[in-house]
Amino acid sequence: MRTIKEINEKIKKGEVVVVTAEEVIDLVKEKGIKKVATEVDVVTTGTFGPMCSSGAYFNIGHSKPRIKIGGGTCNINDVPCYTGFAAVDIYLGATAVPDDDPRNKVFPGEFKYGGAHVIHELVAGKDVRLDATAYGTDCYPRKKLETLLNIKDLNEAVLFNIRNCYQNYNVAVNLSDKAIYTYMGMLKPNLGNANYCSAGQLSPLLKDPYYKTIGIGTKIFLGGGIGYVAWHGTQHNPLAARKENGIPQAPAGTLAVIGDLKGMKQEWLVGVSMLGYGVSLAVGIGVPIPILNEDILKYASAKDEDIYAQVVDYSNNYPQVISGSLAEVNYAQLKSGKINLRSKDVPTGNLSSYSKARKIAESLKEWIKKGEFSLTEAVAPLPQVESGYTCKLLKERPVV
Amino acid sequence: MVTKRIVLHFPRRLVDQPIVYKLVKEYDLRFNILKASVTPQEEGLMVLELSGKKESFEEAMKYLASCGVNVQPLSQDVIRNEDKCTNCGVCVPICPVSALVVDPKTRKVVFDNKKCIACELCVKICPPRAMEVRF
Ligand code: SF4
Ligand code: SF4
Repeated sequence: MRTIKEINEKIKKGEVVVVTAEEVIDLVKEKGIKKVATEVDVVTTGTFGPMCSSGAYFNIGHSKPRIKIGGGTCNINDVPCYTGFAAVDIYLGATAVPDDDPRNKVFPGEFKYGGAHVIHELVAGKDVRLDATAYGTDCYPRKKLETLLNIKDLNEAVLFNIRNCYQNYNVAVNLSDKAIYTYMGMLKPNLGNANYCSAGQLSPLLKDPYYKTIGIGTKIFLGGGIGYVAWHGTQHNPLAARKENGIPQAPAGTLAVIGDLKGMKQEWLVGVSMLGYGVSLAVGIGVPIPILNEDILKYASAKDEDIYAQVVDYSNNYPQVISGSLAEVNYAQLKSGKINLRSKDVPTGNLSSYSKARKIAESLKEWIKKGEFSLTEAVAPLPQVESGYTCKLLKERPVV
Repeated sequence: MVTKRIVLHFPRRLVDQPIVYKLVKEYDLRFNILKASVTPQEEGLMVLELSGKKESFEEAMKYLASCGVNVQPLSQDVIRNEDKCTNCGVCVPICPVSALVVDPKTRKVVFDNKKCIACELCVKICPPRAMEVRF
C-alpha cells in the first residue's frame, strides 16, 4: 500500500498524516480499517514506566596525567560503575546503589538513591562527583581521580538499555496475609491491590504484536530524545501465548535500545525507588508504526478491551516459579480502577504512567508532522514467532 | 458541630502532659487519634480528628496555643511535589481514603489533600518519592 520511503517523502513535504495509537482506535471505529488504511501514514505509540535493565556509558575524557580506570574502581555520586572497559570508559547501571546503602537490611529498604538517579541528574544538567582508583601503569601512571563531571563535558554519554519496553506484563497480586514489596510495588495482603505495568493500547510492542515494522535500526523517541532499537531485548519471547487477535497475553517481546543521553530530557528519564526492592529508571519510549498495509493498521488499532494480561501471585507463585495464572483480565478492566478476583473487588494501580505515554505519542506525532523526525527501515527483524526464539529458565547444574 | 483534622506539635516539656484529656473533659470535644509519634528530638506529634461545638473548638485551640502546642491544619502536611509526580498510579490503591484517584479522562492522578488522613502510606511507596510530609 505504501512504503517507508513514500512516508518519508510525505514527511518532507509536510503532507504526512499521523495519529496516535489512541486516536486511531476511534478513527477505525468510525470509518473502518480499509478507509483509515488509505488515509493514515503513521501511528505513534508511547510508554513510560520503570525499566530496570537500563544504564548509560560514558567516556569521560583523558585526565592529565592519564589514568586507566579500566580494571580499577569508579563511583559516581558514590554509586559504583562498571570499569571493565578501557581507560576512561565506564558504564553506570540504573539499579546500582552505593556500597553503604543499607539495602534490605532494615526491611523494607528505601533505596533512596542509585544509578537511575545519577542518570536523571546528569540529564538535568547537574554536576556529579566522580571518584576513581587505578593500579597505575607506565602509560597511565595516575592512581586516583576525583572530579566533578557535567554531561556537556563528556565525550560520549550514551543511554544503552538491554531490555526495555516489555510487550505486555503480569498483573501482580498478593495472596498471602502480609504485605510484600516487589518490583511491581507494594502489594497489600489478601488481594488488597492488583498492580500492572503497561500503557495497554498505547504501548509500542502491543501495537505491532508480530514485530512487522519494529526491528533493529528502528528510530524511536527515547527519553525525550532520539534513540534506536539496537537489538531484541533480553528475555525476548515471541513464543508467549497469544490471543486469537495475535496479541500476546503474557510478557513477550522486549527491545534493547540506545541513544545519545545528551539529547534527552529529565522529564523522560526519572530515577525511582521501589520500596523493599531497589532502584530503577522510569524511561519514556515512543515508537512510530508506519501503516504499510491494512494488517498493520488492524494491529495498531487494537484497544484496551482486546489486550489481556495474566494475574499472578507474587507472594508465592512468582518467586517460586510456579506457573499458572489466577485470572486473565484486559486493560479496560484494569484501567477501570478495579478487577474482580475470587469474588472480591480488587483496586488496581499502574506502575506505568498512561498520561505520560499519551504525551510521548503526542510529541512523536508532532515531531513527525513538523518534519523533525523521519522513519527508518529496519535493517534486520527482531526474532519473530517463526524463529522459535524463546526465553528459558536457568538450567542449574551442580558444580563439582 | 465542627469536625477538623489537625496536627499538634508538642514541645519536649509537654510530651507527658494530659493535653488530650483536657480537650475532652473541659472543652467537650470528641477525638480520634489518626497518628501519634515522638520524634528523635523528643517532640511529640499527634494527628487528631476533633469534633464538637464551634465555640468549644475555638476555646480549645486557644488553650492549646496558651500552653505552647503548635497547631496546624492537617491538609498542609502531606503534599505532592507536582514536578516529581509521574502520574503513574501506584499510590491509588494504597491510599485508604481515596485521596489519590485517577481522573478517567486525563488519566492523571488527582490528589485531594482535604481527604488525606496523613497515614503516610503513599510516601514511601511512591516510586519517584513525589509525596512528601511536612510535619
Ligand atoms: S505514586 Fe507517586 S508518582 Fe505515582 S501517581 Fe502517586 S504520587 Fe504520582
Ligand atoms: S498520606 Fe495516606 S491518606 Fe494521605 S494521600 Fe497518602 S495514602 Fe492517602
